[in-house]
Amino acid sequence: MKDIDISNINKDFESRVRLGIMSILMVNEWVNFNDMKQMLELSDGNLASHTIALEGKNYIEVRKAFVGRKPETSYRATVAGKLSFQKHIEALAALIGKG
Amino acid sequence: MNKYENDLTHIRQMMERSSTFISLSGLSGVGAGLVALAGCALTFYILAQYQIDYFDGKPNYYSYEVLIQLAIVAISTLVLALASGVYFTVKKSKKLGHPLWSTATKNTIKSAAIPLVTGGLFCIIVTWHHLFYLVAPSMLIFYGLALVSASKYTQSDIFWLGLCELTLGLLAAVSVGYGLVFWGIGFGILHIVYGIWMYQKYK
Repeated sequence: MKDIDISNINKDFESRVRLGIMSILMVNEWVNFNDMKQMLELSDGNLASHTIALEGKNYIEVRKAFVGRKPETSYRATVAGKLSFQKHIEALAALIGKG
Repeated sequence: MNKYENDLTHIRQMMERSSTFISLSGLSGVGAGLVALAGCALTFYILAQYQIDYFDGKPNYYSYEVLIQLAIVAISTLVLALASGVYFTVKKSKKLGHPLWSTATKNTIKSAAIPLVTGGLFCIIVTWHHLFYLVAPSMLIFYGLALVSASKYTQSDIFWLGLCELTLGLLAAVSVGYGLVFWGIGFGILHIVYGIWMYQKYK
């Protein structure tokens, strides 16, 4: 049992920022870059580097659209991303239960 | 172990903060309630001036002049109540340091707006048909529906306020002729009670 729990701890979600991004996308559909930045209190560069990493792993998808004349980037968790993150949360909970 | 616990707390916080419009202030409710009561009082005053007895049980045929005055009172009440709601909520969100215009705020407004706009238009139609006795019940019912629908995205307690408004609306529809009284209870007194209660709870 214990081995399974630890193997479910996902290294991809270890950073605070990624935890935050995934948490927000678990409970919201599309969230745009500025809202995300405000909620996580991050700089543009910091947020961008983490979303690119998560997108690369196929945990989130990116949509670029024009709102008026301004380009707007929004994010949404993929099904795979939600599943992986759910597993990660369960693993964390299980580990705490044992500690 | 501590890191895992911190992680979980962080996850929970971010989920909550991003999906709930928490800056809604109890004082907004109190402000809106006071404005509503003032609006009610003013309405009775105008009716009294034209020697109309609101409770005489007869169908009311108001003159154009009276209707205009009542409409002005209604619109000012709406604007002032909204303004006080926005004012206290903006203040609270600044105090908490939360972004005001977040996804959660937009979702709250969006889910409340559909029943509200429908209700508003319905009330205009009802007025157009001269079915004045249905205006107050309709406002209460649609407002209740709006609160129930918005409660997913903000303080869940709003759900109960919504149910109370709905019930009052239905009662008002049954007891034709007492619309204004139910309206005063629903938009005035309930808001004030709810506002004080929320203010204490989330202080």
